[in-house]
Amino acid sequence: MLTEKILFYVFAAILIFAASMVVTVRHSVRAALFLVLAFFTAAGLWLMLHAEFLAIVLVLVYVGAVMVLFLFVVMSVDLDQGRLREGFGRHMPVGLLVAGVVIAEMVSILSIDQLAIVAPESATVAVNNVEAVGQLLYRQYIYPVEIASVILLVGIIAAISMTLRGRRQSRYIAPAEQLAANKRDRLRVVDLREPASTDSSAESKGDDN
Amino acid sequence: MDSLIEIFLGMWQWLPVAAQTVLVILAQIIAITIPLMLGVAYFTYAERRVIGSMQVRIGPNRVGYFGLLQPIADGVKLFFKEIVVPVKANPLLFYLAPVLTIAPALAAWAVVPFQPGWVVADINLGLLYVLAITSMGVYGVIIAGWASNSRYAFLGAMRSAAQIISYEIAMGFALISVLVAAGSINLTDIVMAQQGSAAHWFVLPLLPIFVVYFISAVAETNRAPFDVAEGESEIVAGFHVEYSGMTFAVFFLAEYANMILICTLTSLLFLGGWLSPFEGIPGLEALFSWVPGIVWLFTKILMMGFMYLWFRATFPRYRYDQIMRLGWKVFIPITIVWLVLVAAAVVAELPWWFD
Repeated sequence: MLTEKILFYVFAAILIFAASMVVTVRHSVRAALFLVLAFFTAAGLWLMLHAEFLAIVLVLVYVGAVMVLFLFVVMSVDLDQGRLREGFGRHMPVGLLVAGVVIAEMVSILSIDQLAIVAPESATVAVNNVEAVGQLLYRQYIYPVEIASVILLVGIIAAISMTLRGRRQSRYIAPAEQLAANKRDRLRVVDLREPASTDSSAESKGDDN
Repeated sequence: MDSLIEIFLGMWQWLPVAAQTVLVILAQIIAITIPLMLGVAYFTYAERRVIGSMQVRIGPNRVGYFGLLQPIADGVKLFFKEIVVPVKANPLLFYLAPVLTIAPALAAWAVVPFQPGWVVADINLGLLYVLAITSMGVYGVIIAGWASNSRYAFLGAMRSAAQIISYEIAMGFALISVLVAAGSINLTDIVMAQQGSAAHWFVLPLLPIFVVYFISAVAETNRAPFDVAEGESEIVAGFHVEYSGMTFAVFFLAEYANMILICTLTSLLFLGGWLSPFEGIPGLEALFSWVPGIVWLFTKILMMGFMYLWFRATFPRYRYDQIMRLGWKVFIPITIVWLVLVAAAVVAELPWWFD
């Protein structure tokens, strides 16, 4: 129990540290890397609650795929740090106002008695974790899952159709045409000897090199 | 001798339970890592010899008999080389990148069974764990490319990131077909689902998936003909161009450890793992029943490893857009169609394989 507690506090400390670094660190690539660390630590915490499936899926989807694409973009874009900070003072009052409203909302919701925060209990798994999630998704919540998947499918198709550009823009050479060409089509040997011997030039043109 | 064992047992019981657990886990890690590292060392030797003979030349044959000590010599050489950090590189991330590359390559072995019961952690989510852990390997590459402060390294990292993400999808779909066919995500159960005879192995009912999986795996490990991330002729050495000495060696170790991991997974998922190929054949089954399962597994791993080397010696490098086309427009549709077919076959309890 003690080791579990120590592990929890270590993970929690890393998670909070990483999350606060995401919003405070100056460099966007570093911020993205701290976000990766935050996701990974969160997965560790879920693992400690015996939610193995969710933990592994979090790593697989967010750490393994989403954040890689994110880094990909952040690294390719050369952000001008100076220009980003330009209007900091001007926008600060609005920012503070929004932050204040969000904090007030969260406090007011979380302080309601019914929502008193209890530590999440670790899953008591009689069936294995995947099976439990599968039963829930495909038995109890089958319609929401199906509707969500159809919406996602539409989204995918819409995104792909945006990359279709009617006529082909790039000019290319078909390899088959290239291979079918022979020397005769491209090369003409002109005889440049004395113009007097017109007969011989006609002959040499006939056998074409 | 007996008294020594007694003393040892006495000391063992004297240790607190927590220390015992830690020591057992450490011993298990060492028992996997050391053979793996030796395997990596001799995989590089095998690569040079095999490709050498495919290209009608000799390959390393100077150090030790038949050049057998060549990998050791290479290791020692790399160990004593200076580690150069480029100017204006990010030192922390620069050193972190090789570690981030090799850690997943080693961590994934935790769930790989070598024989019934011979597995460090026999978790229910084995296959998913492998997929999640191996998908982290790309960070090492990206961070290496970015932290080196070099155009070549960065280009290599970008290419590698795009390629790994693309082929992970095809690979994931291929694995879904396997787990639908086996009805489990636990690797031991998947092997056990292939019991019966060599004709029961998933390589037959899932043949296109097997091909897609292995080719995607070659792309995932950035090996020829998909090695655009390194592309010597275009971007020098890609993401690890700025690395020298041991930091480079760690990238190298990770690449080969990943290759061996992929070969092992392919053997487990499609080729019946530790099951004997002579199972179910009247005379031969009894004749070979004394062979331990791990020998069959290693034979299959070596076969798949040879395929890797064969590919490298045979095929010219793919162009970047061709790689993307193959992954997205060929492999993913194949895997999706076959997934539907496999699911139908499992529901219909197709005789022989899924009954």
